[in-house]
Amino acid sequence: MTFDVAIIGAGPAGMQAACDLRARDLSVVVLDEQPAPGGQIWRGVERNCQPGSHLAQGLGAEYRQGADVARSFRASGADYRPLSRVWQIEESGKEATTQSWQVFVTREGQAEVIEARRVLLAIGAQERPVPFPGWTRPGVMTVGAAQILLKSGGLLPEGPVWISGAGPLPLLYAHQLRKLGGQIEGFLDTAPRDTLRRGLPHLNGALRDWKSLVKGLGWQAGIRLSGLRRETGVTQLRAEGGERLERIRWQTPEGEKSAAAGVLLIHEGLVPSVHPTLSLQCEHAWSDTQKSLRPVLDAWGETTRSGLFVAGDAAGIDGAKAALAKGTLAAIGIARSLGVLEDTKARQARAAGDRALSKARAARPLLDSLYPAPEGKISDDTIVCRCEELTAGQIRAAARRGAADPNRVKAETRAGMGPCQGRQCGYTVARLIAEAHDLPRAEVGFHNIRPPLKPVTLGELASLGKAKT
Amino acid sequence: MKARTDLIVIGGGLHGLSAALQSARRGLRVVLLEGAFTGRHASGATAAGVRSLNRAVEELPLSLEAQAQWEDMTTLVGDDCGFHAGGQVQVAMDADAEARIKARIARLEALGMHHECWIGPDRLAELVPVMQPGALGAAYVARDGSADPHRTIRAFRAACLDTGVEILENHTVTWLAREETRWTVVAGGITHVAPTVVNAAGAWGRQIAKLAGDPLDVGIKNSMMIVTERCEPCLGPVISAQNRKLSFKQTADGTFLIGGGVQGRLRPGGGSASVDFGALSGAMSTTLALFPWVADLRLVRAWAGMEAATADLLPVIGPSRRAPGLIHVFGFSGHGFQLVPSVGRVIADLAETGRTRTELSAFDPGRLATNRKAA
Repeated sequence: MTFDVAIIGAGPAGMQAACDLRARDLSVVVLDEQPAPGGQIWRGVERNCQPGSHLAQGLGAEYRQGADVARSFRASGADYRPLSRVWQIEESGKEATTQSWQVFVTREGQAEVIEARRVLLAIGAQERPVPFPGWTRPGVMTVGAAQILLKSGGLLPEGPVWISGAGPLPLLYAHQLRKLGGQIEGFLDTAPRDTLRRGLPHLNGALRDWKSLVKGLGWQAGIRLSGLRRETGVTQLRAEGGERLERIRWQTPEGEKSAAAGVLLIHEGLVPSVHPTLSLQCEHAWSDTQKSLRPVLDAWGETTRSGLFVAGDAAGIDGAKAALAKGTLAAIGIARSLGVLEDTKARQARAAGDRALSKARAARPLLDSLYPAPEGKISDDTIVCRCEELTAGQIRAAARRGAADPNRVKAETRAGMGPCQGRQCGYTVARLIAEAHDLPRAEVGFHNIRPPLKPVTLGELASLGKAKT
Repeated sequence: MKARTDLIVIGGGLHGLSAALQSARRGLRVVLLEGAFTGRHASGATAAGVRSLNRAVEELPLSLEAQAQWEDMTTLVGDDCGFHAGGQVQVAMDADAEARIKARIARLEALGMHHECWIGPDRLAELVPVMQPGALGAAYVARDGSADPHRTIRAFRAACLDTGVEILENHTVTWLAREETRWTVVAGGITHVAPTVVNAAGAWGRQIAKLAGDPLDVGIKNSMMIVTERCEPCLGPVISAQNRKLSFKQTADGTFLIGGGVQGRLRPGGGSASVDFGALSGAMSTTLALFPWVADLRLVRAWAGMEAATADLLPVIGPSRRAPGLIHVFGFSGHGFQLVPSVGRVIADLAETGRTRTELSAFDPGRLATNRKAA
């Protein structure tokens, strides 16, 4: 059968859009890699919010709200397929105008093609990879990965941890960890120290979402009052040791400092997941405030490829509340494009959605200015491409040898050709190219993304052919 | 501003680079114009097979010349380009395939060419122990093999620069005209003037031919390739199969490259191609029949190339019949990689003296001429 809509991702945006589209009686399939709905932000929310779960309290009220959305989603009548890995999206038919898509997906080792008239990518974000010397050493992981362990099985890191980075997530995680009895040795704040100067112009706008501000201030105050070691203005982080992390070293305006460390958790913000839209050659725009690409969308959430929509953090980092609003807006846009919602009604519905989105985004300019992506010099010995083990020095040398084109540097060095397809190195490589040629980041772009979007075995690929015949 | 030179090469793929390099070695001043960057399309998307096996008889003189040049690539470009003479094997999976291979080898022998030989199942099992038994035998060329395409591009590019070739990347040709005895070529806002132009523009070769007033009937091919994760080295030769779409080899990195000419989709606008996984899936059966253990390997990347293809699958090599001073070298139809050194020699002959000792009649652009004159 051909579904009206295939939604990829069962986080806030995907679940909300599924509910809204089902309410209009459209057939919806939802494909998601996780075993249960929630996405990353509400990962494990159904299990963790069962009565008697101590995790639910520690994870906070905003997390618990996810359980309501998941409940509505389960009841929506959408064909929900968990543990489904989408590895390719193609427009089917030979005509450019054909409004039909093929979504290639693997579930339990069996590949399958799902046909849908519209596709909504609600695939969220990934943590911004920020290479520094020693970031590949065991003992170093991201805050997001640590939080996933917490949500998936209530796992706390073994022994005291150091947290380094900037943004709401490290503060939230530190807060959650303390509430659940984890040990934090120290917190390295990598945001520049001129907080007030950067934040003040955006404070007024952010007051529209004063609840979030109060919450954030509470997390910060908790860290200050807890007596754990706190360093500000941190740069030039290094993770040293042999096989495992043993010591961390960093710079502050007062000089170099170091400490023994067994676990270092890092986080420098999120970037939208753009591999599918890049691979489908949708137009993208460079956001200089978020230092990342995002797909260019019209007012209905549609990309520059007709019939392909994006919602949630994949359309720009705005958080879970905004993701719900974006899911609603995309559902309106999709219903309109399928002809089940007439244009004037769609515009009315959109106005309410736009207001909700605008409110949910109110604190974002403040957050973006308080926690800018780190732009410090990357030392030549830092590994940039983990798959091919290439250093910043090697990428710089290749960047200087020819045109300022990430595809050329990829062809020359293999950076971006490994299994992660440049998810770890892509932005850093582009930034090094921009620096070498003295170009604005927006002009360098990103290397071409080759399919598959996720690794698939040759056996799975072959099983697709058998399923068809 | 007009820049005068002896030779303008259009296209920075391997054939353009080789022609530019070998012409510059003869003392010509050469400018190479590339619309993107060197090796951006077919040269960077190739499986890089260095193969005389199962070539059209017309191509064999050039192919056998190239075979010797690959063995001595360091002399030409200062690097071996990752060439490894692991052999090429063309498997016969049924009696019809065996008969065809044996007939071909007999024809070659009659022409005095002894590079291909027939090997039975035992020798085949020795050469390719990781292959499922059951094949009836194979055609084999020990001196064939494969190279590293990106390393080859780097080496040819560096040799060009060392020899004084001026390489202009991101310089797409927008205008081409013959004025008396000279060509004027505009690319990237710069006007170049030279008595001779080489059209090595690959998939864009037909556009250049049309701009130059010599429209040719040449199509586009979008052969797909897939590459797997890395494994322990276990496969020496490059494997193909008679009557089947298969090309299977292990690279020096340990990854497996699988191709064989299954076609992707040309994107709207015609400037690039995308992968068709439905078609790839259907073509996996031959690979899995011969190498069932690859089923567990992860596919890491797939791509579709942009390559010019002719109706007779022979390249276009030689002087234009209608545009004096224009030399075509494109349309390799998906098997031009091995011919890079020898064809570059031919183009340098033509650029330097207007003639070559190599028989080019089978590659004559005139066979593909269409009657429409360029507007």
